[in-house]
Amino acid sequence: MASITLENLTKSYGETEVLHHVDGHIEDGEFIVVVGPSGCGKSTLLRMIAGLETITSGVVRIGERVVNNLEPAQRDIAMVFQNYALYPHMSVRENMAYGLKIRRLPKSEIDRRVREAAEILEIGDYLDRKPRQLSGGQRQRVAMGRAIVRDPQVFLFDEPLSNLDAKLRVQMRLEIRKLQRRLGVTSIFVTHDQVEAMTLGDRLMVLNAGYVEQFGTPIELYSRPASLFVAGFIGSPAMNFLPAQAEGGRLRLEGGATLACDTASRGPVTLGIRPEHLVADPDGPIVLRVDVLEQLGANTLVHGTLAGTRTELTASLDGVRQIATGDEIAFTAAGEALHIFDRDSGKRLEG
Amino acid sequence: MIKRVHFPPGVLPYLLVAPQVAITLVFFIWPASQAIYQSFLLEDAFGLSTEFVWLENFAALIDDPIYLQSFGRTIFFSAAVAGLSMSFALVLAAFADRVVRGATAYRTLLIWPYAVAPVLAGALWVFMFNPTLGIFPYFLGFAGVKWNHYLSGNQAMLLVIMAAAWKQVAYNFLFYLAAMQSIPRSVIEAAAIDGAGPFRRFRDIIFPLISPTTFFLLVINAIYAFFDTFGIIHAVTQGGPANATTILVYKVYNDGFVGLDLGGSAAQSVILMILVIGMTVVQFRYIEKRVEY
Amino acid sequence: MVENRRWLDILTHAVLILGIAIVALPIWITFVAASHDALRMTQTPLPLLPGGHFWRNFIDTLLGSGLSGTEIAPVWRMLLNSLVMALMIATGKIAISIISAFAIVYFRFPFRMGFFWMIFITLMLPVEVRILPTFEVVADLGMLNSYWGLTVPLIASATATFMFRQVFLTIPDEMLESARVDGAGPLRFFWDILVPLSRTNIAALFVILFIYGWNQYLWPLLITTDTSMTTIVISIKQMLEAAEQTPEWNIIMMTALLAMLPPIIVVITMQRLFVKGLTETEK
Repeated sequence: MASITLENLTKSYGETEVLHHVDGHIEDGEFIVVVGPSGCGKSTLLRMIAGLETITSGVVRIGERVVNNLEPAQRDIAMVFQNYALYPHMSVRENMAYGLKIRRLPKSEIDRRVREAAEILEIGDYLDRKPRQLSGGQRQRVAMGRAIVRDPQVFLFDEPLSNLDAKLRVQMRLEIRKLQRRLGVTSIFVTHDQVEAMTLGDRLMVLNAGYVEQFGTPIELYSRPASLFVAGFIGSPAMNFLPAQAEGGRLRLEGGATLACDTASRGPVTLGIRPEHLVADPDGPIVLRVDVLEQLGANTLVHGTLAGTRTELTASLDGVRQIATGDEIAFTAAGEALHIFDRDSGKRLEG
Repeated sequence: MIKRVHFPPGVLPYLLVAPQVAITLVFFIWPASQAIYQSFLLEDAFGLSTEFVWLENFAALIDDPIYLQSFGRTIFFSAAVAGLSMSFALVLAAFADRVVRGATAYRTLLIWPYAVAPVLAGALWVFMFNPTLGIFPYFLGFAGVKWNHYLSGNQAMLLVIMAAAWKQVAYNFLFYLAAMQSIPRSVIEAAAIDGAGPFRRFRDIIFPLISPTTFFLLVINAIYAFFDTFGIIHAVTQGGPANATTILVYKVYNDGFVGLDLGGSAAQSVILMILVIGMTVVQFRYIEKRVEY
Repeated sequence: MVENRRWLDILTHAVLILGIAIVALPIWITFVAASHDALRMTQTPLPLLPGGHFWRNFIDTLLGSGLSGTEIAPVWRMLLNSLVMALMIATGKIAISIISAFAIVYFRFPFRMGFFWMIFITLMLPVEVRILPTFEVVADLGMLNSYWGLTVPLIASATATFMFRQVFLTIPDEMLESARVDGAGPLRFFWDILVPLSRTNIAALFVILFIYGWNQYLWPLLITTDTSMTTIVISIKQMLEAAEQTPEWNIIMMTALLAMLPPIIVVITMQRLFVKGLTETEK
């Protein structure tokens, strides 16, 4: 087991820098999820840690070792690929044993490890099958098994659940989490799915366009997003963004309504409020003009616009509601549910 | 097109390409450059002195009516072989495409001539058309046709065309059948619902859709007729009678190995090289197009 | 098919059977000729139905010294020469092409594209256009009348290299990454992953190249002057010349049959691989 340290990590392809000065420390045994939209550089980051991409500048440390110039096989890592990358001509057993065979482990030891991993993953019944004879979920387990048998210091997961159907994805997500707890191996998991990220990670690293937007626990990210990007990316349904004018101690919305707020700043800002934090209040300052309802059973999502403007606004109300298009509903929100961001930089304004 | 990941470079990749590159250099590029070099030389009959003559060998070829005739004959021969063999194969493939059961059996029975060496194809046909013994001259005799390809240049040409086309039917059939089978069934069914009968469908739908294959086969058949038919000519007519079947490849061989005219043979080689390069470029251009669609 | 018209089905089968008959006719006549005795083969009209001398001719041809009056090696010896040549050409082409393709696809090294184009050029230089100088090179290297001379100059192959390149490009990158994480070096990856994954392509290519090698004509004709090195395909031409004095057509046609049988058997028994090989190397 080992910690991982990333120091000022940068990646360029020719002139274009795709990953900018990434820093971070991952504790021994921690489960880290790197999350971001496609093309944000998250897979590149993972592959740099794996040794499959060269490091343009900066340092990757696994434990106390700088691994920048080590081959993937020397870094004591295991990786689960998006398409599993199982060797199609080898049986499940051979797939799992291949890396150990190359490391010249004694046959009895290889057998023992394969058997153990197969037991943990419940794939003992099809050790002699070829990958093409397996279902998606089974292949997923074999790919995990291949990682486990190596008994590595670090697990790296490159969107391993994206090829599964929705139901299986949820199930495998839980299994991966349980397995990681049980084995206690430091893990880095890359995904573009924020629900996956929130449920799996001890901490999340949110990447956007090659920059780390925020690195923290799921609850930190949810309750104190560091930027507009994180605020919009984490949480479902997505946070509402309303243009507003900060006037020291209160906010003036479009259309003139004001909200009390303990901000010290002045000038144009963006106000973020999560739909679930809007509380219906006949005297509330935020008025929603209803367009469409989404009935989800447990709650109802009300989509519309801020009355008198074209700014989109969504609220989440408990239970089943019947509201006519064109109706107006007034809301208020508690002070701690208001997130204020700088209009230009998108950064969170403290206060 | 290119791999994202590579092994670290070192000596190994050079060792891996070395055998292929060595053979290419020694047996392909060096001889070809020799041919080009020799095409600029004139050697006397005894091989005692050589003289650098620039393009004189080429000029001599262009002025040589025998060479020009051979050129025209080669083009006629190629066109006839391609036309005969491709149309025969097209008809068979169009019918084989209709067969639901037993298609593989028909395919098996039609493709094996591909495995017959050109010279053997020549031997088979020269035996069938042997003027004194052959089956065909015997029957043609009843029809009043006197067959002797040792005397008649036209008959000799016809015989090598038939032998060459026969051998190539298998290849053309395979590619035509594959092309037809890759047309989505729904397109054919849509045409049937529009009221097009089987022959109309072939003319209006299938044939236009397989036109890339037709073009591809045209190039391949031309290359085949230009170069791979040496064995057939050598076995059947040896270029005769009176050069009536001397195609370019046969002439290069004959002038070089039998006539020992090094400069002239080399100049012919260079012209052939230019022809192959042209045909290969056309073929690859076409393949790039095919990838798109 | 779309219609279910009886006359159309009958027409379809009739045309195909007629086509097969036309295509098969030369082979039938060869077979018939190989099954009669020499005397019958000098009388017109020649027979159209097989006679009773097939096995006799078969044994005489295979074990005898071929046609009387010709100076050629025994037929079994020529068959052996052909077999060795075909196997060496097929194996050699596959071996050197698969390793070149491996280098070109999986390594990035200086002059990579230069080598690639050099191999590509061989496609544009068939033996037929460089007969004399190539002959001279082989003669200078002392390779005339040897298996090496028969095969080595023919084993450079652009098409095989392209085919393997194509195959390797379709193998997902993750396969290499996974192997690297597992600790496999380049040669290990080549043997444990690439070769097993390309084995049907190798087999398909082998079928095509075996036929190509067996059917070589011009090249062996030039460089084998010693009768003990003659291949079966070459011998047919010499027999045809001799036939003018000794028209033992039964023996000649039996030899032709023996010469074409091995590649035909390969095509028919390995039809699936053959079709795959043919369509893939031409891409």
